[in-house]
Amino acid sequence: MYDTTVRPTLSALFMGFFTVGICGFGGVLPWARWMMVERRRWLTGAEFTDLMGLCQFLPGPNVINISVALGARYHGALGSVVAFCGLMAAPIVIIIVLAIVYDRFHEVPWVRDGFIGLAATASGLVLSMALKMAAPLWGRPVAIVVALATFGAIVGPRWSLLTVLAVMAPISVLIAWRGRL
Amino acid sequence: MNPLVELALLFGQLSLLMFGGGPTILPEMQRQVTEVHAWLTPREFAALFALAQASPGPNMLVVALIGWRVAGVAGALVAFGAICAPSSVLTYFAAAAWYRFRDKAWRKVIQVGLVPVTTGLIGAGAVILAATTTLDWRTALLTGVATVVLTATRIHPLAVLAVGAGVGVSGLLG
Repeated sequence: MYDTTVRPTLSALFMGFFTVGICGFGGVLPWARWMMVERRRWLTGAEFTDLMGLCQFLPGPNVINISVALGARYHGALGSVVAFCGLMAAPIVIIIVLAIVYDRFHEVPWVRDGFIGLAATASGLVLSMALKMAAPLWGRPVAIVVALATFGAIVGPRWSLLTVLAVMAPISVLIAWRGRL
Repeated sequence: MNPLVELALLFGQLSLLMFGGGPTILPEMQRQVTEVHAWLTPREFAALFALAQASPGPNMLVVALIGWRVAGVAGALVAFGAICAPSSVLTYFAAAAWYRFRDKAWRKVIQVGLVPVTTGLIGAGAVILAATTTLDWRTALLTGVATVVLTATRIHPLAVLAVGAGVGVSGLLG
């Protein structure tokens, strides 16, 4: 692991995150780590893990939070804006072009059938991610009960997210504080 | 109300509720977009989500697609701006404080306590999404196979998505 870091210029910030935006098929975070730690050495591996902890703790899309926090660290508010714009410039244009193409052709039978297959597979991608995230709870009965109660409140009575968070987050933090999680 | 204002209010609120990343708010987004505002049917929502998954960039781009469906390109930019801005401003100010408190016990307790809740929310989002893409036993089987392949192997997700689209195009799903 490298232990020296390089201070990026504003244009390097833009270009670095631009590459991440273009590469990030099916998950942007691994690319973000590769670009920042291995390719450009803006952060050490340990600094990246710490930054990642912050960005998971805060609300918002993780990789966007990373671009904002890293930009701020080197160039303040301007750095945040530049890193964010670099990250999103290409994906936002690509998705709007794809949407227009989809709108034009989604009545064509084979396109419609292709989308039924794509959507079913995308559900598999999300289910698989949910399973991978649930794996660390294995063997921790209290944590499993909290996760299942949260799951049930959303899937069963379709409680709103705000209600579920307002009820479950304090209960879960309280259990963690008592060291029972 | 002006649809652009409705988009900004809805996604601005969801931005601050998105603990643990995008999938946390998936069930609420689906409920708001297909039931409360009735901008899309659940099937259309699932199709737009699939489009966002197959495209480069964060999968929160589905928000731009919803905005685009409601109010064109302006809708896409307003919705995506609204999902990013509140949380980004918070991150900007929290970054400094985070380093200051990183060894404090209460910070770790909150972090540990939120994990099971986030896990439950993400599971719920996945199940609700899968219910809308399951039309019959064939689509259910495709989702099941994709789940197993993506969990048990290291095959690139984009390759699996491409195969799924190919299965659909070939007419095997009816």
